[in-house]
Amino acid sequence: MSYHNPPTVPRKSATFDDYTLSEIRRAATTGIYDIRGAGAKRKLPHFDDLLFLGASISRYPLEGYREKCATTVVLGARHAKKPIELKIPITIAGMSFGSLSGRAKEALGRGASLAGTSTTTGDGGMTPEERGQSKQLVYQYLPSRYGMNPDDLRKADAIEVVVGQGAKPGGGGMLLGQKISDRVAAMRTLPKGIDQRSACRHPDWTGPDDLEIKILELREITDWEKPIYVKVGGARPYYDVALAVKAGADVVVVDGMQGGTAATQEVFIENVGQPTLACIRPAVQALRDLGMHRKVQLIVSGGIRNGADVAKALALGADAVSIGTAALVALGDNDPVHEEEYRQLGTTAGAYDDWHEGRDPAGITTQDPELMERLDPVKAGRRLANYLKVMTLEAQTIARACGKNHLHNLEPEDLCALTIEAAAMAGVPLAGTSWIPGQNGSF
Amino acid sequence: MPKVDLARTSLRELNQTLHGLKAGVNETDWEVVNPKGSHAVAVGVDAPVTVEIKGSVGYYCAGMNKEATIVVHGSAGPGVAENMMSGEVRIKGDASQYAGATGKGGLLVIEGNAASRCGISMKGIDIVVKGNIGHMSAFMAQSGNLVVCGNAGDALGDSIYEARLFVRGKVKSLGADCIEKEMRPEHLEILAGLLAKAGIEDAKPEEFKRYGSARKLYNFNIDNADAY
Repeated sequence: MSYHNPPTVPRKSATFDDYTLSEIRRAATTGIYDIRGAGAKRKLPHFDDLLFLGASISRYPLEGYREKCATTVVLGARHAKKPIELKIPITIAGMSFGSLSGRAKEALGRGASLAGTSTTTGDGGMTPEERGQSKQLVYQYLPSRYGMNPDDLRKADAIEVVVGQGAKPGGGGMLLGQKISDRVAAMRTLPKGIDQRSACRHPDWTGPDDLEIKILELREITDWEKPIYVKVGGARPYYDVALAVKAGADVVVVDGMQGGTAATQEVFIENVGQPTLACIRPAVQALRDLGMHRKVQLIVSGGIRNGADVAKALALGADAVSIGTAALVALGDNDPVHEEEYRQLGTTAGAYDDWHEGRDPAGITTQDPELMERLDPVKAGRRLANYLKVMTLEAQTIARACGKNHLHNLEPEDLCALTIEAAAMAGVPLAGTSWIPGQNGSF
Repeated sequence: MPKVDLARTSLRELNQTLHGLKAGVNETDWEVVNPKGSHAVAVGVDAPVTVEIKGSVGYYCAGMNKEATIVVHGSAGPGVAENMMSGEVRIKGDASQYAGATGKGGLLVIEGNAASRCGISMKGIDIVVKGNIGHMSAFMAQSGNLVVCGNAGDALGDSIYEARLFVRGKVKSLGADCIEKEMRPEHLEILAGLLAKAGIEDAKPEEFKRYGSARKLYNFNIDNADAY
């Protein structure tokens, strides 16, 4: 009996997978790196790697939907005469007009106001739509200073000095010419149609000592009324948070690498920064070491999706979270209802991230007049409000199960980790053990 | 003329007082003495008043100025007149780094020298420097005019957009995408107007060269990668 040689099953490289191969071909063809929006898409340690320990005998739960679990948060009481008071500890992250349509910004304002929280401007200035619909609006003070003016500064409820963002710590912005409409160009004082680069660093200060003086200037201009936030990309959270506090921040925002962006290099998004989960513990530790935990509030952002994520971030020591990408999805971004059009753009609902091209079928990340008309800011705002309320209810449900009458009473002791990596990053025990890698002399 | 003595009055009180001034106010001329290098002096002023500061100031003097005329009878620290919207800021002495950074409008006159990054990211402001300016000045300058009666340091106008740069003396080097451009009659006219507004009489427009953007980096092109 003879055997013929059995064929070898074709085997693709794990290193050179289909996506990698396509990227090499694309780069070779176009001569330019891939630019896209959104945050890191690779699998990263995240909140899913943590679980809550509901109450049994050793802990006493609260009755779901009957016993109160408060959700309020006050931001910026350290120095500001007028701190921000929010009904829920979930805020809307800074997203630029230019990247987003005016209607999308309006919808964010409507949704946030209905839910009792704040919105944030972005790299493009403050629009009347946004100010008009946002009960509480945080004005970003960015390196580009596009549209920055003292009138809008005074109209804001808080000022966020953006030093970096999670999708690209150390990187500047890029708004490609396709989205530079007359209005966007006018707001940015640049010619229509050119690729508008945003600086990666502030033009008039260089380090933490300068930042302290810059914050003094902003306080003086606004008569010490408004809280000053400092936002950093999640890269060296311990030191960056400590220096922000030293510089006088009322609130520190730490944006992990799952945090989105309007447009930057894919290689940057996927390879620079630290996962959100890894940023919280060192950020909280910095505040504790300075005796400022709960005095300077910590907002965490980057890939927050549901009430469990909110509860976990708060349990690890954050005072609030911020959402960007999830808010856009709530408005209608990447909705399968537009699947046919996504396919025509060479993608699919759920994967569309070429926001910089300005052809968003949902009318959100575009300046095309016809596409923009598709978004009803009232309905979209209602959707966002619903989503924010659901997230809050979810977080409350979990907190009650842990016996907490305020979301801020959640603590690391309410958590365990599913993986050693998550246990080490979050500083909570590996499930089924009392082992926290890296603590008590263990490694 | 009301006088505010910063040896006796706090910075907060000074700025709060200046913020309380509105168009049509009776007291339009103010004097500030003993600034002694204080930061954020006369920031966020929003009225057509004149503030004479007798002495040198620290960071961000006259930041985000609107409408006001602010004169520093001394030198200014970093970021003087940053993000100015309108009005006039005049420094009798020298200015440190980032003078007029991101300024949107108005006129900044520096009668001495300015350090590095003068006019960085300027967005419509007019800056006139009687002396020299340091390196990386007008980096990413978007619009407005920078007039330098003396010399300019390295990398002038790096990554410049649509701002106009006029330099009478030598330029140590030009930055990426910045080139010398033809001085046409309309530029001579603009320059003459700026020199006159700044009160500079010993410099003639014909003595200056104009620099601006080659516009090669306005849209990304891999063939220009060496310039980035």
